[in-house]
Amino acid sequence: MNVTQLFGITAAALVGLGVYGLIVNPQPLRKVLAFNLIGNGVFLACAVIAHRGAAAGMSGDPVPQALLITAIVVSFAASALAVGLMLRRFAQTGTNSLAAPDEAAPGEARTHAEAR
Amino acid sequence: MKTAADVFTIVAMLGGLFFFVAGTLGLLRFPDTYTRLHALTKADNLGLGMVVVGLLPQAGHLVVALKLIVVWLLVMLTSSDVSQLIARAARRQEKGS
Amino acid sequence: MISAISVGIGILLLALALWTVVVRDTFAAVAGFIPYGLLLTLAWLVLRAVDVALTEAAIGAGLTGALLIRAASRLHPTEAAAQAETPGLGTRVVAGVAAAAVAVVIAVCLLRLPDPAPTLAPEVARHIEATGVGNPITAVLLSFRAIDTLLEAIVLLFGVVGVWSLAPDRCWGGRPGLAQAVGPNDILVYLARVLPPIGVVIGIYIFWAGADHPGGKFQGATVIAAMWLLVMMSGLRDAPPVNRRWLRVVLVLGPAVFIALGLLGAVMAGAFLAYPDGWAKLWIIVIEAALLPSLAVTLVLLMVGPPQRPEVSP
Repeated sequence: MNVTQLFGITAAALVGLGVYGLIVNPQPLRKVLAFNLIGNGVFLACAVIAHRGAAAGMSGDPVPQALLITAIVVSFAASALAVGLMLRRFAQTGTNSLAAPDEAAPGEARTHAEAR
Repeated sequence: MKTAADVFTIVAMLGGLFFFVAGTLGLLRFPDTYTRLHALTKADNLGLGMVVVGLLPQAGHLVVALKLIVVWLLVMLTSSDVSQLIARAARRQEKGS
Repeated sequence: MISAISVGIGILLLALALWTVVVRDTFAAVAGFIPYGLLLTLAWLVLRAVDVALTEAAIGAGLTGALLIRAASRLHPTEAAAQAETPGLGTRVVAGVAAAAVAVVIAVCLLRLPDPAPTLAPEVARHIEATGVGNPITAVLLSFRAIDTLLEAIVLLFGVVGVWSLAPDRCWGGRPGLAQAVGPNDILVYLARVLPPIGVVIGIYIFWAGADHPGGKFQGATVIAAMWLLVMMSGLRDAPPVNRRWLRVVLVLGPAVFIALGLLGAVMAGAFLAYPDGWAKLWIIVIEAALLPSLAVTLVLLMVGPPQRPEVSP
């Protein structure tokens, strides 16, 4: 097995773990973490493809690597927006659960929201 | 046949590795936050310092060697600051509860 | 033949990812995400993608980690309710099957990639002389695929607008984040006085060295953004109100210069974002120098979030 195959399998496993975490964890912050895992798995797959394209004196195909840099920055922006949405919802309703409002957090979270 | 520089690098990095392992063991085994911080500073200062010193002969250029030393100094600066902050937060948590 | 280091990095990556997914406590999951990001940096280095490793260490592990820690600590009051919700066995089985299916499909695709690998490296090597930069990734980002970088800068701007739009109505135009109290001898204030000058120099150096060596404006802008964030977190300077004109000018300066030079290229060289012969290096430097402060301010504003304190107009 060479480096490409090793990290190809790692990338696939990361995406799998991310999908599992996305479906299983009910809270939004954990889902954002799982989404980042999926994204990182895809980036690793792209880097494997770039590594295989080493030629012409370069250690890797520069086009996928440049796209990876763009992707990492944009995924940070998406995470920031998701976190902003979560914090605003928490400030507004006192809960961070995706469950329907009548099944939501017990009274202490609601009084915390009123204290804001 | 390894040159003297390579032997020096290997010895220094083994020393650094020892301090990192010791620091990690301390992190896992010590009972409370303060003693764990104490163990971690060994990893940061001595461990990283010995790794950097070991890499100095391998740096081709003087500028690269200077950059390695600057990295070590910056890590020491920030880690000592962060250790104080963590210790202060732990103390505040103890006093509060 | 793979080295033991690569295998070690792969195993640790999967172990930390598993920890992040299954651990009950949210803060522990976020705390596991940051070393996961740093291990991913090592994975990029093993795959010899140095620029990507720099970006991952700065933004992927550093800024995303800081963002998630801030979120986890602000959402701490919901922790009890969060741990009370557990998915049923049926959900877990379905999720496990779906995850395994996706992972197997991706692994099979990646293990059966065509040999010899198609690559654009010879094309880049053939045309890189015309761009005047030595780093092929900078050449790709700012010359061959400049439209992608322009669209990315605009997407980041949309991100900032999206984050700002989450402010309560009465706080619109106000200062982001909560007010920090600063004690004069606080250790964080000491760090916020000593580190930013060094950090700004390092950031500009990384940006400047990106022309011929690994580096570039994304990594440099992140270091500068981190310095400003440190100053704000220590309370040394407050966050600026988002209705300040200078803030908005700096935000749009980068994309505006980029678009202007693109249109100028359409006039002078026949296509949008085409560089006239012999002027490519100068235009690339101008675009990067305009994008650097915009990027730094954008990253800071994405981190600190929407305005939360109303600002009384002077």
